[in-house]
Amino acid sequence: MSLEARHILEFPGGYTRTTGPVIGRFLTELRDGRIVGVRTADGRTLVPPLEYDPETGDAVTGDYVEVGPAGTVESWAWVHSPRAGHPLDRPFAWALIRLDGADTSLVHAVDAGDVKALRPGLRVRPRWRAGRTGHITDIESFVPEVTKIVSPVRTEYVMRPGLALARFLEGVAGGVFVGCRCGSCHKVYVPYRLSCPECGIAITEEVEVPDTGTITTFAINNLPDPRAPEVPFVSAYVLLDGSDVPMIALVGGVPAHEVRQGMRVRAVWVPEEERTQSMANIKWFAPTGEPDAEL
Amino acid sequence: MREVAVVAFAQTRHSATDEGQSEPELILPSLEEVRRKTGLRKYGFTCSGSCDYLAGAPFSFVSALDALGAWPPISESHVEMDAAWALYEAWVRLQHGDVDSALVYGFGKSSQGDLREIMTLQLDPYYLAPLGLDQVSYAALQASAVKADRARLDEIVRRSRADGRANPHALDLPDPAGEDFEVEPLRPYDIAPVTDGAAAVVLAAGDLARELCENPAWITGIAHRIEPHYLGMRDLARSASAAEAARAAGVGKGHVDVAEIHTQFSHEELILRQALELGEDTLVNPSGGPLAANPVMATGLIRIGEAAQRILDGGAARTVGHAAGGPCLQHNLVTVMEA
Repeated sequence: MSLEARHILEFPGGYTRTTGPVIGRFLTELRDGRIVGVRTADGRTLVPPLEYDPETGDAVTGDYVEVGPAGTVESWAWVHSPRAGHPLDRPFAWALIRLDGADTSLVHAVDAGDVKALRPGLRVRPRWRAGRTGHITDIESFVPEVTKIVSPVRTEYVMRPGLALARFLEGVAGGVFVGCRCGSCHKVYVPYRLSCPECGIAITEEVEVPDTGTITTFAINNLPDPRAPEVPFVSAYVLLDGSDVPMIALVGGVPAHEVRQGMRVRAVWVPEEERTQSMANIKWFAPTGEPDAEL
Repeated sequence: MREVAVVAFAQTRHSATDEGQSEPELILPSLEEVRRKTGLRKYGFTCSGSCDYLAGAPFSFVSALDALGAWPPISESHVEMDAAWALYEAWVRLQHGDVDSALVYGFGKSSQGDLREIMTLQLDPYYLAPLGLDQVSYAALQASAVKADRARLDEIVRRSRADGRANPHALDLPDPAGEDFEVEPLRPYDIAPVTDGAAAVVLAAGDLARELCENPAWITGIAHRIEPHYLGMRDLARSASAAEAARAAGVGKGHVDVAEIHTQFSHEELILRQALELGEDTLVNPSGGPLAANPVMATGLIRIGEAAQRILDGGAARTVGHAAGGPCLQHNLVTVMEA
C-alpha cells in the first residue's frame, strides 16, 4: 500500500497586499463604479493601469482618464465547464476587452449565455457587484450590450368581407365556387368580384365553376402556419376548370415532393354539418388521379 | 566570448503519475547519469530550476540539494523558473573564466497538485489571479487570438504523440481523438500532459569540453527576451519576445537541422515556428516535445538537452533549443548549438 497525505497550501484570510498609487487608484475608482486608465507620456491610455509604459519602461503620467464602461470584445475562449475558482458557475467566455477610450485590452469574463453569442466586435458592459470593495472582481462579469428587444404587439379588429367576398363565401357555405364573367373581356374570375381589374368596368354576370382544377404553380412551405395542416405544407395556384385566373389554395392528400405543375386536383370539402361561411370549408385540394393537364 | 558547450544530458523516464519518489530521489538518477558520462563529480558551478508551488512548500529546492552532495560547500544557485534559465545563468557564470564546468538540473512533480490552478498563482495578484484565470483558459485566449486551423493543430498533436511514443523518456499517449473542448478552442489533447520528471545537463568550457566529449554541442548563441506580463498589453497571436531572442541568438545565421521548442499547447508551435523563422526543412520536436512529456520546470531544459543530444550523437550539425515561461509565452529563451 502506498502512503499518501493530503496537503493544503493556504494563507488563512488571504495575503495583505499594498497596491501602490497606480493600481490603488484603479481599484478605488472601481469601488465607486468607474473604470479608469492611466496615460503614458506618449498619450496612450493603459487599462488596467500599470506603473510603467510597457513599451518604454518609463513611468506613466499622473493623468487618469475614465474609460468605458462599454468595450469591444477582441477575442475570447469559451469555458464549457467552469472550475471552482472561476467567476461564474455557468458556461462563460474569457475575453480580451478593449474598453472605449483605452489603448490596451482588459482581461475579464463575459457572461453571454452561449458561445454563439460571441463574435469579434461584440459590445459589452460591466455588470457591477452590489457590495464593491475595490477589487478586480467588483466587476462580476461583462455582459453584452442591449442591441435588440422584443416588443409584443396586439390589436383587435372587426372585419367584414365586402360585398363580393360575402357573395363568394355564401357560395362556399353551400359547397359551390361562385365566380363572375367580365362583359368586356369575357374572362372568368374566381373568387367572385364586382369589377374587372383589366377592363375597369363593373361585372354583373355571375357564374358557378366546378371544384376541380389544375395546379399552375406551387410552393413547399417549411415554416409552421396556424392555417396549415402540417409542416411541410404546399400552397398552390389552382386554376379551377372554366376560370381564367388561378386561386390560391392549400394542397393536401399527397406528399409535398409529388406535387407538380399540371396536376389535376379537386377540393376536399369538410362535412356539410361543419360548414360555415368561410374558406375553412375547403380542407385542401387533393389529386384526382387524372392525367396531368397541359398548361 | 568564451567557448561553452553542452557535454552531457540526461533525463528521467517521465511519468504521468506520482511514482512515490521524493524530489531528490527523482533527480538522483539523472545526476548519476551525467556524472557517469563526463566522469566529473565536482563542478565549478551548480544551478537548478524548480517551482515551490509544484511541491506546495517553500524553498523546496533546498532539500533537493541532498541529491547533489553539497559538502564540502559548493558554489550553487537556483532559479524559480524552468531550468533552461538555470542553464543560462550557468553559461553566464562560465563566461567569467574562473571555472570550467557547470551542472544544471531541473525537476517538477506536477502530479501532486492541480497544475491548471497552480499556474494561476504566477499571474499578477491584482488584475489576473483574482479572476481565477487558469492556465488552460489563458492559453485558450491565445489559441483564439491565433485563429489556428483545427486540422493543423490536430496534426501537431498527432505528430508529437507519435514521436513521443518512439521516445523512451516520453509518455505513451494515443492519437488525438474526441470532439470535446477543455476551454474552447482548446481540446483536452491540445494540452501538454501532467508529467513528473527531471533532467540534468553538464556545461563545459573550451578544452575541458573537448576532453569530456567527442562531439561537444557548442553554444554559439543564447538569449532570452520578455514581454509585458498583462495579456491585454500584448498581441497574443505573435511572440515578439521569442522572435527577438531568436534574432539575438542568431538562429537565422545558418540552417537549423533540429529545433526543440517549448510548446505546452499545440497552437504554440504555430506561433513559435513563425517567431523563430523555422523552415519546413527543420525537424521540430523529434522527441515528441512537451505535448508528449511535460515535467514542468525541466521541460525547457530538456528542449536544450534534446537539441544538444543530436549533436552529441553526431547526427546534427546545428540545432536550436527553446524554452518559455510566464503566461502565453511571455518569456522566451533561445539557444543555438553547433557541432
